[in-house]
Amino acid sequence: MTEVEETLKRIQSHKGVIGTMVVNAEGIPIRTTLDNSTTVQYAGLLHQLTIKAKSTIRDIDPQNDLTFLRIRSKKHEIMVAPDKEYLLIVIQNPCE
Amino acid sequence: MGRGARKRDDDSGTEVGEGTDEWTQSKATVRPPDQLDLTDAELKEEFTRILTANNPHAPQNIVRYSFKEGTYKPIGFVNQMAVHFSQVGNLIPKDSDEGRRQHYRDELAAGSLESVKAVLSDAEILEEDEEPKEVEMEAGSQTELPPAEVAETVIEEELMTPKQPKERKLTNQFNFSDRASQTLNHPVRDRECQMEPPPRTNFSATANQWEIYDAYVEELKKQEKTKEKEKTKTPVAKKTGKMAMRKLTSMESQSDDITKVSQAAKIVERMVNQNTYDDVAQDFKYYEDAADEYRDQEGTLLPLWKFQNDKAKRLAVTALCWNPKYNDLFAVGHGSYDFMKQSRGMLLLYSLKNPSFPEYIFSSESGIMCLDIHVDHPYLVAVGHYDGNVAIYNLKKPQAQPSFRSSPKSGKHTDPVWQVKWQKDDMDHNLNFFSVSSDGRIVSWTLVKSELVHTDVIKLKVEGSTTDVPEGLQLHTVGCGTAFDFHKEIDYMFLVGTEEGKIYKCSKSYSSQFLDTYDAHNMAVDAVTWNPYHTKVFMSCSSDWTVKIWDHTIKTPMFIYDLNSAVGDVAWAPYSSTVFAAVTTDGKVHVFDLAINKYEAICNQPVVARKKTKITHVEFNPIYPIIIVGDDRGHITCLKLSPNLRKMPKEKKGQEVQKGPAVEIAKLDKLLNLVREVKIKT
Repeated sequence: MTEVEETLKRIQSHKGVIGTMVVNAEGIPIRTTLDNSTTVQYAGLLHQLTIKAKSTIRDIDPQNDLTFLRIRSKKHEIMVAPDKEYLLIVIQNPCE
Repeated sequence: MGRGARKRDDDSGTEVGEGTDEWTQSKATVRPPDQLDLTDAELKEEFTRILTANNPHAPQNIVRYSFKEGTYKPIGFVNQMAVHFSQVGNLIPKDSDEGRRQHYRDELAAGSLESVKAVLSDAEILEEDEEPKEVEMEAGSQTELPPAEVAETVIEEELMTPKQPKERKLTNQFNFSDRASQTLNHPVRDRECQMEPPPRTNFSATANQWEIYDAYVEELKKQEKTKEKEKTKTPVAKKTGKMAMRKLTSMESQSDDITKVSQAAKIVERMVNQNTYDDVAQDFKYYEDAADEYRDQEGTLLPLWKFQNDKAKRLAVTALCWNPKYNDLFAVGHGSYDFMKQSRGMLLLYSLKNPSFPEYIFSSESGIMCLDIHVDHPYLVAVGHYDGNVAIYNLKKPQAQPSFRSSPKSGKHTDPVWQVKWQKDDMDHNLNFFSVSSDGRIVSWTLVKSELVHTDVIKLKVEGSTTDVPEGLQLHTVGCGTAFDFHKEIDYMFLVGTEEGKIYKCSKSYSSQFLDTYDAHNMAVDAVTWNPYHTKVFMSCSSDWTVKIWDHTIKTPMFIYDLNSAVGDVAWAPYSSTVFAAVTTDGKVHVFDLAINKYEAICNQPVVARKKTKITHVEFNPIYPIIIVGDDRGHITCLKLSPNLRKMPKEKKGQEVQKGPAVEIAKLDKLLNLVREVKIKT
């Protein structure tokens, strides 16, 4: 398996991780460990949010760029790491 | 009267017929039967006829009812007018409103200004003519009239002349009627045709500052590319450096879909780990043990992360090294100290940001005994193996194999390599490192044109071993080097520790002679390190349970510490010249601060879980107040030093706290002087 696959596997098996998904530039999920409807929902919503966040950062300073986005909610934490063409979303339940 | 009139009419009728003899002849007067017979006298009676204005047909006795008297009363006067003929005509008087209006309209339509002028001029002439006439006629008093008459004539003239030029038809206002006719309207029919609509897609874009910036940057890149292509064909290495967190750059050559997420995946893995080990990360950053205030010179070590890897499970940690550039990256060498159980080795590089999985993994056939990371090129790792080989790993390249390797041909050691250290580049800017091994050789390896070339620097000899042996059969017993360290400032000077317990001070330039020898320990010297601040002080530790601090000008140690257990490693703290840590095989970490307590450790803490595990190495992080400790089970524990262990000299009132090497040196000097004095005395 390639290194990336291994990394994704590790992330998925990490403590507290509920699901991971890879979304492409148009918001279409490519790879996911959750069920279809949830995936599609997360993908669509987070894709828009990431674009907005990225636009915000870059508007303030065009030389800056978004590295990652963390949304912590009562139940769990959603982590979004944008890449040039893809978006990696991980939902984790931080153990407290 | 009426009858008489009629009679006359008849008579006249007969009288008239003079010329019409034919009439009278044939016609005979016929007397009606009821005619009155009158006598002649009555016939000749004259009746007078009076012509009056009375209407014979008008009634003479109209009565009207009078409400006042309540009777009918005859009307005195009866209207005698008899209308014989009436016709409604269409002539209107000129002076009436309608007449004037029509006249005005006619004038406008004809455009009769000129004619008016002409008229006026005529009128003027007329006026002039008439006026004198009038004046002659009526002497002065009736001057009003003539102008009026003249005006009338003028008006008449005016009225007259416009009529002449105009010849258009006047619409008959009274008998004008509209006539319309309508053609048949054809029924309207709609005709449509529809094509297939072109395929549509939604396009949306935003024009932000950064999009414009991106476009410019791309343009710039294109230009640069074309320039480069013109010049030479140099491979463009893609650098995706975002934040300083990211490690060394890598060549992106894959086109596989999922591998493009590698960057993001790395970041996410770290995030996930951060979440899991959130409290640890917080401790690492912010926790300062408050209890240290009450502990009065003692300190503690707070355990932070634990690093371990399944693949290196049964291998002991044989070497630790922090990366000089990236302060959260450290290298771990795995191998085995057991002579009997020799297996493979591993080189793992961990980052504090991801405690669950190493960043880099390298595997080797022989156990790794030591490693060192180059200061200027933090991607080069020199490694010494149990089988005597040395190798260089390049972290930038994704290969699993070392970039350079020594071999039996290229002069590898015949015994395990116990320590390697990078040196400064030589004259030709070639990379260069030293290695020491049990075979007694200290070898300098130089990387010349991608090949490792070795140069024997020194061969360790055991002095005083040639006894009772005649010349010619002198066996040069070779000392086994187990540790060495190079002086920070004096480049050529270095120390070597041997298995016999001796420490030799050597110079790179003298290959046969030692500069100095110290009878350090009773057992093998495990580690030798120079003090990072004080140029004269170094420290050594050994399996004979002792740690000794030396001044290299003095043959006897300054300080000796007995730790009740074989000491695996010692390390000076980078922030203070008087702090150092020692690890023992009973799983304890001892931290000393000579400035606080010259005789005892200020921290004495068991660190590993099981009592049987031996701690093999310890390293201080150059920036953060943490140490990493490796044990023989392949685990690495990261510990935070409590404030007491990091004490800086207290500032005196009014004086600034001087920080810097000078202060540290002075501090240590003070201590040393105390000891020396004592020694001199005794």
